[in-house]
Amino acid sequence: MSDYNFAFLDEQTKRMIRRAILKAVAIPGYQVPFGSREMPLSYGWGTGGVQVTASVIGPGDVLKVIDQGADDTTNAVSIRQFFTRTTGVQTTTRTDEATLIQTRHRIPETPLAAGQIVVFQVPIPEPLRWLEPRETETRTMHALEEYGAMWVRLYEDITRHGHVETAYDYPVVVNARYLMRPSPIPKFDNPKLDRCPALLLFGAGREKRIYAVPPHTRVRSLDFEDHPFTVETWDRPCALCGARGVFLDEIIVDDKGGRLFVCSDTDYCGRRRQAGGDLA
Amino acid sequence: MSLAGERPLLRVRGLTCWYGPQVGCLDVGFDLWPGEVLGVVGESGSGKTTVLGCVSGRVVPTAGTVEFTTREGDLVDVLRLSEAERRRLARTDWGVVHQNPRDGLRMGVTAGANVGERLMAVGARHYGTIRTAALDWLAQVEIDADRIDDLPETFSGGMQQRLQIARNLVTRPRLVFMDEPTGGLDVSVQARLLDLLRTLVADLGLSAIIVTHDLAVTRLLAHRLLVMRRGQVVESGLTDQVLDDPQHPYTQLLVSSVLQP
Repeated sequence: MSDYNFAFLDEQTKRMIRRAILKAVAIPGYQVPFGSREMPLSYGWGTGGVQVTASVIGPGDVLKVIDQGADDTTNAVSIRQFFTRTTGVQTTTRTDEATLIQTRHRIPETPLAAGQIVVFQVPIPEPLRWLEPRETETRTMHALEEYGAMWVRLYEDITRHGHVETAYDYPVVVNARYLMRPSPIPKFDNPKLDRCPALLLFGAGREKRIYAVPPHTRVRSLDFEDHPFTVETWDRPCALCGARGVFLDEIIVDDKGGRLFVCSDTDYCGRRRQAGGDLA
Repeated sequence: MSLAGERPLLRVRGLTCWYGPQVGCLDVGFDLWPGEVLGVVGESGSGKTTVLGCVSGRVVPTAGTVEFTTREGDLVDVLRLSEAERRRLARTDWGVVHQNPRDGLRMGVTAGANVGERLMAVGARHYGTIRTAALDWLAQVEIDADRIDDLPETFSGGMQQRLQIARNLVTRPRLVFMDEPTGGLDVSVQARLLDLLRTLVADLGLSAIIVTHDLAVTRLLAHRLLVMRRGQVVESGLTDQVLDDPQHPYTQLLVSSVLQP
């Protein structure tokens, strides 16, 4: 692949994206516009995340790519392959070995460490979008910290369902200032954002926005005083590795209603089983 | 009202607004005192809505000043406020009741959320408290408590208008702008709404500017009247005085064209 520059993007583009990232880090949760490029994958498949990864990756990095927690699904495999071919960096499935993790819609179960960078793929960066269609107006709302409308949405959820229905892409306030969409991660992962020691970068390719949560930044999920934020729980452990307190996927195993609940994080589950995790 | 007798709530001077070569309003000036209801009447295109828009900071006038006395007793120039301050004023001290309730309501969320929105916008974060306040205001505008979880779409026109009023009054504004609040409602519903408005204005000590082409509305609600024609105020004074003894030929025409059943 010597016909391509290291990590596909040309150096000027990387420079532009890095500047956007620096600004995003300086203003946690603020959406920085950037000149998103066409990438050799379609919109919705992680063009934003790929551009951010391509801009921060170096020859010494160890890359992990996950899609819904799994290292072996189409999106993860093709993006990992893309970077292997365009950079030649070492790849891994182990969360603790990776220096750079591109993720679609999950945060690994293994706690993140200082020095790691996590890149999220973001479909729609604007948390106020479904409440206010005008971009000029949402920008003003961010500038003036007018987030009341977001609570109207939570109020509606509680009124209609008795609890907040939003289960993924649950809105958060970053550093007690900017309202942010954490990309469609399950709300189960929201607490992992708070004071996370790793650098969290968010890239939206189609919407041309980059935002960031720097290490150790406070991230609070929205709630009401009398309806506090809660995460999903399961009444059973992972059927493969027996882990509790992790995010489980439901898998239909036959056409007679048989189902299995297993870890969505394949790396975490696999390593537990390798280490002889009890199958209780 | 401790401010009464000291300083008007709103002081408008030389308000002029051009839409290109078209005149919106010309040299309009008036004072609005705390607790007072001012009616603005005139035919379509006479500049009533322009005046309301300029005064509430939604339309930028070509010239003139609009001064408002805030809750803290400060005199601020509405037209020179930063957007942040103007929007804060708009959701605390002011209310806007639109002619079409669809312009003023969030049609996609329940009545309770509509009433609670302003509370949440100024920082209320307790679901139970917001709901109690919503129930209280629905009762004040005579909407049954069991409709709190219904969408405004399922409400009749009159109920939607009352909901819009509740939504505005929940933060206890001191000044309410109303643009044809009874337009599009049938006569008996109009009467009920007017009755409600009159009670609320008196009970809460609200000041209001009501733009309407319906003289009967102003007779019931407004203390004072501005009669507008082609962007200019042609006559102003106490409502009964203007309606019973119109001086300007246009006002005379307006008053005489009201049908008497």
